[in-house]
Amino acid sequence: MTDDALRSDLGGLDYDPAPESAALARLRPSYGLFVDGEFTAPEAHQQFASINPATEETLATVAQASSLDVDAAVASARRAYDKVWRKTSGAERAKYLYRIARLIQERARELAVVETLDNGKPIRETRDIDVPLAAAYFFYYAGWADKLDYAGFGPNPAPVGVAGQIIPWNFPLLMAAWKLAPALAAGNTCVLKPAETTPLSALALAEILQQAGLPEGVVNIVTGDGDVGAALVAHPGVDKIAFTGSTEVGRLIQERLAGRSTRLTLELGGKGANIVFDDAPIDEVIEGIIDGIFFNQGHVCCAGSRLLVQESVADEVLRRLLRRVDQLRVGDPMDKNTDVGAINSAAQLARITELTDAGEREGAVRYQAACALPSKGYWFAPTVFADVAQSHRIAREEIFGPVLSVLTFRTPEEAVAKANNSNYGLACGVWSEKGSRTLWVAQRLRAGVIWANTYNKFDPSSPFGGVRESGFGREGGRHGLEAYLNV
Amino acid sequence: MFSDPERGVVIPAVVSVPSVRNEAELRGVVGALSGVDQVGAESRVAKLSTRSLKTSTKRRAIDLAISMVDLTTLEGADTPGRVSSLCVKAMRPDPSNDEVPSVAAVCVYPDLVASARRYLEGSSVAVASVATAFPSGRASMAVKLLDVTEAVDAGADEIDMVIDRGAFLAGRWGQVFDEIVAVKAACGPAHLKVILETGELVTYDNVKRASWIAMLAGADFIKTSTGKVGVNATLPVALVMLEAARDFAEQTGQLVGVKVAGGIRTTKDALKYLVVVNETAGAAWLSPEYFRFGASSLLNDLLMQRLKQRTGTYVRPDEFSGD
Repeated sequence: MTDDALRSDLGGLDYDPAPESAALARLRPSYGLFVDGEFTAPEAHQQFASINPATEETLATVAQASSLDVDAAVASARRAYDKVWRKTSGAERAKYLYRIARLIQERARELAVVETLDNGKPIRETRDIDVPLAAAYFFYYAGWADKLDYAGFGPNPAPVGVAGQIIPWNFPLLMAAWKLAPALAAGNTCVLKPAETTPLSALALAEILQQAGLPEGVVNIVTGDGDVGAALVAHPGVDKIAFTGSTEVGRLIQERLAGRSTRLTLELGGKGANIVFDDAPIDEVIEGIIDGIFFNQGHVCCAGSRLLVQESVADEVLRRLLRRVDQLRVGDPMDKNTDVGAINSAAQLARITELTDAGEREGAVRYQAACALPSKGYWFAPTVFADVAQSHRIAREEIFGPVLSVLTFRTPEEAVAKANNSNYGLACGVWSEKGSRTLWVAQRLRAGVIWANTYNKFDPSSPFGGVRESGFGREGGRHGLEAYLNV
Repeated sequence: MFSDPERGVVIPAVVSVPSVRNEAELRGVVGALSGVDQVGAESRVAKLSTRSLKTSTKRRAIDLAISMVDLTTLEGADTPGRVSSLCVKAMRPDPSNDEVPSVAAVCVYPDLVASARRYLEGSSVAVASVATAFPSGRASMAVKLLDVTEAVDAGADEIDMVIDRGAFLAGRWGQVFDEIVAVKAACGPAHLKVILETGELVTYDNVKRASWIAMLAGADFIKTSTGKVGVNATLPVALVMLEAARDFAEQTGQLVGVKVAGGIRTTKDALKYLVVVNETAGAAWLSPEYFRFGASSLLNDLLMQRLKQRTGTYVRPDEFSGD
C-alpha cells in the first residue's frame, strides 16, 4: 500500500458544482446612506463600487459619506435618542430586537448570499455561522433589554447616548449584530460604519430595520472609506466609540479620543496560540487546527494562527495536518461544498503574500495546499509553515490570512511562555485530555478568550475581547452590556 | 484451546498471525491510542453532513450505495421463501433496468445460508451469515464456533460475528481478541466481519479501542451494530471507525473494511455516510470491498431516488417490490 493510495484525497467522489443562486441576494444597483430611517443620497453625490472578491465584478455602488453626512447621521441619532429611544421602555425595545432577530432568520438565505458575494467567504459559513449567529445575538440581547436592573450594574443603569460603531470586513453582518444588539438593548442610538469593502449586508440589515418598524434615527448607517470612520471618531456628538479592526487603527482612535469624555472599546488584532499536548484527541485536534486557522480564510482576529505542538507528537500532528490541508476545497464561495473562499481584497492579498514571502526568506519551511486557484479574483492557497522560530515575523505579526505557523514546545511551562510571548492577547486554544493541565495552562495564558478542546466557537452569552494590544472591553454576554451603560 | 472435535469444532491453522502476541502487547497498542473528543467528532460529522451531492455525483453515489448493500433479513419468522425473494431482489434490484448494479451480499441467519446459497449460485452476490450466537453473543465459545463452521460449511462467503461486549466492558480485552482470532480461524476462506455493537459500547473511546482490537485480531471488516439494540449505526461512530481503519492501514498496510448497519433507511442518510467515507478514509474505501450498508428498506429508497435522478419524478413506492 503506497502513501499515495492512502492519501485520502477526494478523488473517489468528486463533487459536482453545487452553487447557491446569486439572484437570491436581491441587490439594488446602488445604495444611499441610511439616515433617519431612510436611504438618502450622500451630500456630495459620490458613489463607490463594492466588488465580489471572488470574481472582481461590481455588485453594487455604495454611497461615499462626507463629514457633513456623518454630522447628519449623528444628529439623527441624537434626535432619536432624546425624543424616542430614551423614553422607550426596555420591554418595548426588546420587541423591536426580537422582531429584527426573527426577520434575520426569515431572510437568512438572502443575507447569506449577500454576505458571501460581498465578502468572498464560503456560503456554508455564512449560512451556518454568520447569519444564524447574528440572529442569536439579537435574540440574546432582546432578553436583556427589560432586565438591565439585574445585570449587576446597580439599579436603573442609564444608556450612554449616541454610539459610533466601526466594524471590520471579516464578519460584516455578525459584527453589526455584535455592536447594534447590546447598544439598542441598553437604550442607546447608533451610527454604524461598515467596512469599505463589505457594506452590503449592513445595508440589507437597514432594510430589515425598516421592516421591523424601528423608530427613525435609532440606527443610522454611513458607508465609505476610512475618512468616514475618522469623522465619526472626531465627532463631538458621539458619546461612545466601539471599534473592531486592526491594532494600528485602534491606536489612532485611542490617540484621537485622548482628553475627551467619549467612551471607547477596542477589539483589535491577535496572534492566537493553539496549544496541542501529547495526550490530545488527535483527530479532533486536526479539525480544531483547521477550524482555527482556515475558518473564514483566516480573516479572523482570534484565529489560531500559531500552532504550538508538543515536540513528542509534532511530526505526527504535522503529517496528519498536511494531509487534511490538501483536502480543503478552495474555490467558488457560492458553492455549497467550498471550505475556503476568496481573500477579501487585493490589499489584503498583498499583505498575506508579503508576510509569507518573509517567512520563507527567514527560513521557515512552507507547505501549500495542492489546489487549483481561480484565475479571476483574490486567492491564496491554504499554507502551513513548519520550523517556525519565535523571532520570525510570521510568528509575531498578524497575517490575517490562511497561513499557519507551527512551533514546538517541550513542557507546559514552555508552552505558556511561548504563547504569552506576543504583543497580542485575544484568544488561545488548549488541547489535552487532562482537565487539570488544561486549567493550569488556561490560568497562565494572557488572553481574553481561551478555548479547551475546540476553537473559534462563539455564543452570544459568552463575553469576547482581548488584553494588551488586542484591545479592551467585552462584547457578548452580560459583560457586553457594560460598554453601553453608564456604570 | 477452542477445538472441540467431538462437537465438530476443529480450528484450522491460523492463516494470518496478528502482530500482537499477548495481552500486555494488546494493552500496549490499544491503551496508547489517543482519545476521541465527543463534541469534536460530532461537530465534524455535522459539518460533513452539509455536503451537497448534485447531478452526476449523486447518480454515481447512489449506484455505489446500491452495490454496497448487504440486503438483510434477520427475523425469527424468516423462511426459505422469504430468503428466496430477497435473493432475487439482491441480484436484480430493479427488474426493469439492467443498469442497476446487484447488491453486495444477502445477509441471513446460519440455518438459511444453504437456501441463500442455492438461490444466489452463479451470481456476484455473496452470502453473508451472522454467527457466534448473534445478536447477544451469550453462548459458550464452542457453540459460537460451531455456529460459524456450520454457516461456512453451508456456503457462507462472509461471517458477521459479534464481540463479547461483556468481556470488553469488564476490561478483558484479551478475551475479546482471542475470540476473534478463533472465529477468524474457523472462518477459513470466508471473510470475517466483526460486529462491535457500538450502541452497547457507548463511548467513542470504546468504539475506537474495540475497532483496533478487532483489526489486530484479523477482522476483514469492522461493523457497527447488530440492528437489534436501541442505538445502531450513527455517523460519528462511522467516523471513528473509518479513522481507525485508515490509521490501521497506514501502520500495517492492510485495508480493513467498515460496515454500518441498523437504522439506515434513506438515500439521504446513505449519501452522508459515503461523504464521511470519502473525506475520512478516502477513495480506497469507496467500494463494496471495503464499505457496506447492512440494511433492508434502504434499497428501495435508493432505487426510487435513482429513478428520480433520471426521470425527474418520484414514482409510487409500490413500483418497487417489497423484498
